[in-house]
Amino acid sequence: MKKLILASALLTASMVSAQQVSNITGSGASFPFPLYTEMFNAYKTQAGVSVNYASKGSGGGKRDIINRAVDFAGSDAPFSAAEAKDAPAEVSFVPMALGAVVPTYNIPGLTTKLKFTGALLADIYLGKVKKWNDAPIAALNKNVKLPDLNITPVYRSDGSGTTSIFVDYLAKVSTDWAATVSKGPQSSVKFPVGVGGPQNAGVAGLVRQTPGGIGYVEVTYAKANKLEYGLVRNKTGKFVDGGDLKEVAAASDAEILPANGIDSITNSSIGYPISGYTWILLYKDQKYGNRTKAQAQALVDLVQWMLSSKGQEFHDKLDYGRIDGQAAKVANRILAGVNYGGEAIK
Amino acid sequence: MTTDVKRPRSMTSAADTTFKNIIISLASLVLVAVFLYGVVLIAGGFPAFAREGFGFIFGLDWNPGTEKFQALPFIAGSFLTGFGALIIAVPLSVAAALFIVEYAPKWLAVPVGYMIEMLAAIPSVVYGLWGIFVLIPAVRSFQSWLVGVTGLDWTPTGIGLMSAILVLAVMVIPYVCAIARDVIQLVPNDQREAAYALGATKWEVIRYGILPYARAGILGGVILGLGRAIGETLAVTMVIGNASEIAKNLFSSTATMSSLIASQFGEAGGVQLNALIALGFLLLVFSVIVNLIARVVITKLTPVGTRL
Repeated sequence: MKKLILASALLTASMVSAQQVSNITGSGASFPFPLYTEMFNAYKTQAGVSVNYASKGSGGGKRDIINRAVDFAGSDAPFSAAEAKDAPAEVSFVPMALGAVVPTYNIPGLTTKLKFTGALLADIYLGKVKKWNDAPIAALNKNVKLPDLNITPVYRSDGSGTTSIFVDYLAKVSTDWAATVSKGPQSSVKFPVGVGGPQNAGVAGLVRQTPGGIGYVEVTYAKANKLEYGLVRNKTGKFVDGGDLKEVAAASDAEILPANGIDSITNSSIGYPISGYTWILLYKDQKYGNRTKAQAQALVDLVQWMLSSKGQEFHDKLDYGRIDGQAAKVANRILAGVNYGGEAIK
Repeated sequence: MTTDVKRPRSMTSAADTTFKNIIISLASLVLVAVFLYGVVLIAGGFPAFAREGFGFIFGLDWNPGTEKFQALPFIAGSFLTGFGALIIAVPLSVAAALFIVEYAPKWLAVPVGYMIEMLAAIPSVVYGLWGIFVLIPAVRSFQSWLVGVTGLDWTPTGIGLMSAILVLAVMVIPYVCAIARDVIQLVPNDQREAAYALGATKWEVIRYGILPYARAGILGGVILGLGRAIGETLAVTMVIGNASEIAKNLFSSTATMSSLIASQFGEAGGVQLNALIALGFLLLVFSVIVNLIARVVITKLTPVGTRL
């Protein structure tokens, strides 16, 4: 009997030491939240480590990692100059998924997918194209009977990675947009016309409720909620469906991802032109505060698993683009650079 | 004052002193908390104040793209929606309160009062959804009718200031009504009986016997309602349109201080974050001012002889 107790005590002790770290915390981007939720659930059953991710937005996540309040952060946007200055040490950006932003609209009675160009989207959001049957829309959609209906542009009222990708694209395709609204990626801008709603749900709700409304949402959201959305013309002149994951992957393949993993892939030469990366952020040197090597190890294990085929299999099911090919090589190299006070982690 | 009376030693207890100390320290914690709010908000918002100067309060341009942060559109938005909601909610609430206390038979008064209080228990996201799915289409049809009659060059969307005011009005009613009902109930029956004895009609009893007695309390409820309206974020954000500009008319989209903070805080960094915190400080200052005004008005309105 005594032996049994001793054995079980030893067993428990060994289990505890193997799983010293049973909890990892993160916060940030809401865009990959559905994906991360499924991933972390699976990771809990597979590795026994629970990951707690607060979906508070990219800006909040970046703030948390700068303040070292979390183990890792999620973000759809790189650091701004000010944030880079505030960060106490080098932060590694590991690309984790690709997302696409699609234009969704509400035109009563319309059944075919509308076609857009970047310039047209910019002109709509600048208030220059005011009606659905205006010449620039009609020219692209010759076989569609367009109504004499005012356009109501709908935008995200909260700062978001979705807005950042969308306005980054418009800045690249419209000089007017770049001159008056935003020069590049920016999570909230002053939209010259239209109405704003909170989150994807707010935008989709307002578009649904407003005949003649047009909004932009993540394709995952558009698909899950069966929203009408349009095709967007890329540089090659092809009208592309943002819901086609191959086209999103093509956009990422078209550009060589730099060694730091940070790149804007909107208006790419091929593929769907309104796509972007979302990143996992962690400190390159994990030895800070009273962080143990075990904690660092657990975090790197998690991110490695997310990048592996086991983690990336969730992407297809949930309509996110995989990190594949050369981008995956860069991502793994960035993760391999993460260390503990100069010591390599695994 | 406990020191005025010398009690025999056997009648004082250590528990008394301990209790007094606990109460005092708990009460001062509240003061410290408010003080710290102020300090944190000033410290966090200072870079924005320093950068924009008085433009922060009087300027019209809020644009994260050009890093211009001027908050007048949102200050105006908060007051327009807050007072707009009161204009609609106060007559309804006071009427409902009078009905419940003075007119309704008991079997009706209890359920009606209960239903109105229920309005306060509904989460604001539900109000927001109700706004999007019920109110906005209704406001839009009204706008379309208006456009048809006047030939204005508008796009009727239903989203904007008017919808926000209507949602807030419904949200404020339970607060104003519950307090109005309680203070009307507290009016001594002597007042009513005296007025009736003088041959007053029911209207005259209410007009001269009850309302002057209750108005200070009712106003307290109104102020509470105003605080609720100015502080509301989610329901407002869902229907107001969130445009960073002053409303051009009753139906155009705009934003309030609270809705802007709620919208942009998550993703803000740098000066934008400072500016949002500074906006939070303004909100605190405005609530203090509104409360001070309320105190003065309440003192002035309380009938002589009933002052405590």
